[in-house]
This record gives sequence, structure tokens and C-alpha cells, in this order.
Amino acid sequence: MAEVKKIATRESYGNALAELGDKYENLYVLDADLAAATKTGIFKKKFPDRFFDCGIAEANMMGVAAGMAATGKIPFASTFAMFAAGRAFEIVRNSIGYPHLNVKIGATHAGISVGEDGATHQCNEDIALMRTIPGMTIINPADDVEAKAAVEAAILHEGPVYMRFGRLAAPVFNDADTYKFELGKGIKLREGSDISIIATGLMVSEALKAAEILAAEGVSAEVINIHTIKPIDKEMITATAAKTRKVLTVEEHSVIGGLGSAVCDVLAETCPTKVVKIGVNDEFGHSGPAVKLLEEFGLYADNIVKTAKAMV
Amino acid sequence: MDATLKKQLEITACKVRMGIIEGVHSAKSGHPGGSLSIADTLTYLYFAKMNVYPDKPEEPQRDRLVLSKGHTAPALYSTLAQRGFFPEEELKSLRHIGAMLQGHPCIHIPGVDMSSGSLGQGISAACGMALSAKVSSDTYKVYTILGDGEIEEGQVWEAAMFAAHYKLDNLVAIVDNNGLQIDGKIEDVMSPYPIVDKFKAFGWHVIEMDAHDFDSIEAAFNEAESVSGQPVAIIQKSVKGKGVSFMENNVSWHGSAPNDEQYEQAMGELKAALAALEA
Repeated sequence: MAEVKKIATRESYGNALAELGDKYENLYVLDADLAAATKTGIFKKKFPDRFFDCGIAEANMMGVAAGMAATGKIPFASTFAMFAAGRAFEIVRNSIGYPHLNVKIGATHAGISVGEDGATHQCNEDIALMRTIPGMTIINPADDVEAKAAVEAAILHEGPVYMRFGRLAAPVFNDADTYKFELGKGIKLREGSDISIIATGLMVSEALKAAEILAAEGVSAEVINIHTIKPIDKEMITATAAKTRKVLTVEEHSVIGGLGSAVCDVLAETCPTKVVKIGVNDEFGHSGPAVKLLEEFGLYADNIVKTAKAMV
Repeated sequence: MDATLKKQLEITACKVRMGIIEGVHSAKSGHPGGSLSIADTLTYLYFAKMNVYPDKPEEPQRDRLVLSKGHTAPALYSTLAQRGFFPEEELKSLRHIGAMLQGHPCIHIPGVDMSSGSLGQGISAACGMALSAKVSSDTYKVYTILGDGEIEEGQVWEAAMFAAHYKLDNLVAIVDNNGLQIDGKIEDVMSPYPIVDKFKAFGWHVIEMDAHDFDSIEAAFNEAESVSGQPVAIIQKSVKGKGVSFMENNVSWHGSAPNDEQYEQAMGELKAALAALEA
């Protein structure tokens, strides 16, 4: 297999904003002193008049974004997931969610793969928090191709959108020429019959790797990529559960309130099925290189294989 | 101020106050004290200052007002009703199940420019609106009204920094300095003083105003309009509960509704004041 190109989805976010800036003149970008890290600096360089640094004041940034959206602009409010979903939660709920304003939140450095910065910056709770806000759309793209498509889909969607991007370079497995992003629709990446592996974000490529290994060992795994966590693709999740009767969810997020919980919420009503969740097990992370941490927390192909085999 | 206009505004403000009492009494809950303290300012803004269009409330070039101290929604609703955005009758179902008028301002109500009520958030939204006007070279103005207790919220000062940094001279923040918050006098609970010096230190042009004198109100807003390169803070000295004798300067009327007897007394006082003005 040829060497796979790797790009962090935060990089995709910054590039997409810069590329789409010409097409969507109403697009504005806000950041909270992290433009170099969130990669909105790429947009700033090209469109300095449409970029506003809010300083280290995320609560105010979310409110400013709300005011801009209320007056017809499409603001992208950008910062780390910890501060976007965590610190600014109540502003996102009351000033963006409740009035259902057209604000796009670009949350980077999500999950444990933040790495060396440690637990204070490893946000494993953002999906759970954002899921509770009525009318909030949540997108967690898996690679560069999907992330860039997601940014444009967010622009075309009227209403608040939370987009989750990563710091770690992620393998690009989607083909830019054929890839099609449909908001709210899962993508079946591999047909299988013994078990369904439902993954999101950085874990999708690990799920694909795991499915390869499982196939070599005689286990047929279906792999589904859920990029839109809300609204979630109930039909696809129900259909795959009905087919394999065994579901394994994989996410770089707490097992409380994330993709696994969302899948359970669906299946409890539509097709009660045994679900095992791989994610961060109700504990804080710690400092270390991202790849080592992902291994330590079981967020990699070999652990998916091991868990899947124990289920079939 | 022109004497005829002043008399008209005083009459309107009295009717706005009656609407506040009507709404809060019908709701059997709500915040009359801080609503009554901003009644004159809202009357001036909606009847003598702001470009608003009751027949097309969404007009893009309208001036905006964000009631950051959203718990005083009865004052905003009563003013909007007087101005013709919706029938006064709506005030009687304030806070009721299925009613249009929610306990705190909601953007979907005609004339309401932003949902608000969680303190400290409205001023940020107002900053976003003012910035939005700047980048599009639109000339509309943005007003926001904060409580003096509200400015204890840290987000207010994040917004204050932002507005000065981006030279939002199309933004006017009014701080309703009635001196009382739920737990007591603001200087006893958590003093925000000196308010004037704080806003000055944050780079704002600061104007002090008597919130119950239309000459003072007009002078303050005229001065605000002449400022360029800086946001403007108007610190208005006001009386909580203004216009209803037993509610004035009494913190227990921050967040409680009058019973039927108190309602009759309050309305009696306001009707007498209105009759005197119209005589």
C-alpha cells in the first residue's frame, strides 16, 4: 500500500475558509488569539479585513458571532474545543442556540490527540455538551477531504453548526474527486455481516484498518463513518444493527454523551442491539505524544480488532 | 428639549409604565423595579431617537437595541406595544403558556433584536451587530442596556475591551445605575463602582445622565452621536421602581409581582400621573 498523505483537519479548516472566502463574501472569521493553531491565520492572511481577533475572551467572541449572524453575516468563531464548547457553553446555548442564529463554530484541538498539552486542553466532552443544545448541528470530519467539504456544507446550512477538528495529522483516505458530503447522512465505507463498526473523526481510518485485519482473520466487519453526529443518520444505524446484530462504536471522545451514546439512543428505540463503546472511559487524559496516548486509551486499530473479536 | 415633545414623551412613558404593571401583574411574576427604571430611556429611544419600522420590524437598516438586562423585558415589551409592533393586549398574557411574550426577550418577537436575559451576554451581541455595520459600511446604530448589577459579569468587560479595540462608535451602552440588585445594594453585594472610571479606563467615552429627565436624556444621546472613534457608555442615574411610590428604591420589587390590591394602587397612581400630564 502506498504511503498515505496525512493532514490535520484543523489545517483543512483553515484552508477551506481561505478557499471559500472568495465564493462566500458574507463569510467572516473570528478567533481568540489562536489563529496560528486553529489555522484561521490562513484566512486572515488572504482576507485581513474579514478576520477579527477577539483576544483571549471566548465568551465575548461567541456573543459577537451571534450579533454578526443576527445582522446577516456568516461568522466562523474559532478556538480550541475546550473553550468553544466548554468555557463558552452557556453563551453558545443562550446567544446562539436559543435564537437559532447562523453561527459556525470551528472547534479545533478536540480529543485526547492534543497530546503534550495534557488534560486541561484535551476536550473529550464537547460532543456531549453540544448535543444537548436544540437545533445545533454537529460535524466531526474524518479527514482532509471530508473536513473541507464539511466547511462548505456548514455555510450552506442555515443555523448553528459545531465543527470538530483535530490537531494531529490524520490519514487522507477519501478521494477528493468522488467524495460527496451530505449533512446528516452516514457513509458506509465497507460492507460486512458479522459486526458493525461505527466510527467518527480520527477513528474512522482506524476502523478501516481494523476491518482489514478482521477480514484476514475471517471476521466480516461493516464500517460506517458518522461525520454528522447531530442530526444523526438513524436509518443507516438501524439498518446496520438489524443486519449484523452487533455494534461497536469508536470515537476520540468520552463514552458519555458522544457518538456511542447517540447510537445507543437510536438503537434503544429502533432496534435494541448489543453495543460496545470504545472511547475515553470517564477519565481525564494526561501529557504525552498523541499517538502514544491514542494507544494507551485504546483508540487504535488493534484494540478495535480485539474488542470486535470478543463480540463475535 | 421642545416642550411639546417632552410632554408627549412623558405621557408615553407613563403609558409604558402602566403596561409594565399590567404585564407583571398578569404574569404573577417578573421584574417591575428595573423595568420602571428604564421606562423613560426606552421611551426616548423608540419614540424620539431610533429608526425603527413597526410595519416591517426586520428592516435591515433599522437601529438595533439589545436589552442585555433581559429580565426587564416588560419595559421593552410595553414600549414596543406602545410603538405599534404588536397589540397592547399581548401584555396581558406575558409569561403565560403559549403566549408570544416570553419571560425574557426572544428574537422571534416583533421588534426584539436579540434574545437575552442571561446577564452579560447582550452587550457582546450588540458588539457583533455594531462590528457587522462597520464592515458593511451600514449607518445604523446599536444600543444596549445593562444593569448596574449586571456589570459584575466578567463577559461585560471582555465586550468593553472589544468595543474599544474595534472603535465601535456606532455602539451605545447604557448602564442603568439604580443601585439595587436582588441581594441588596450593589455596593454591599459586589461593588461595580467606580462605573464611570471603569468604562473610561476601558477606552469608552462616558456620559452621565438623569434617567428620569428627558432634557438630560436628549442631551446624553445627542452627545453620544457626536463621538467618533470610541464606543459610548451612558451611565444613567435612575430610581428602581420609578413612578410607583411603594416600589421606588425598594429592592423587594426587583423580582416580584404586585397582588390585586397593589396592582390597583400602582395603576391608580399612574392613571393620576397620566391625567395630570394630559390636563
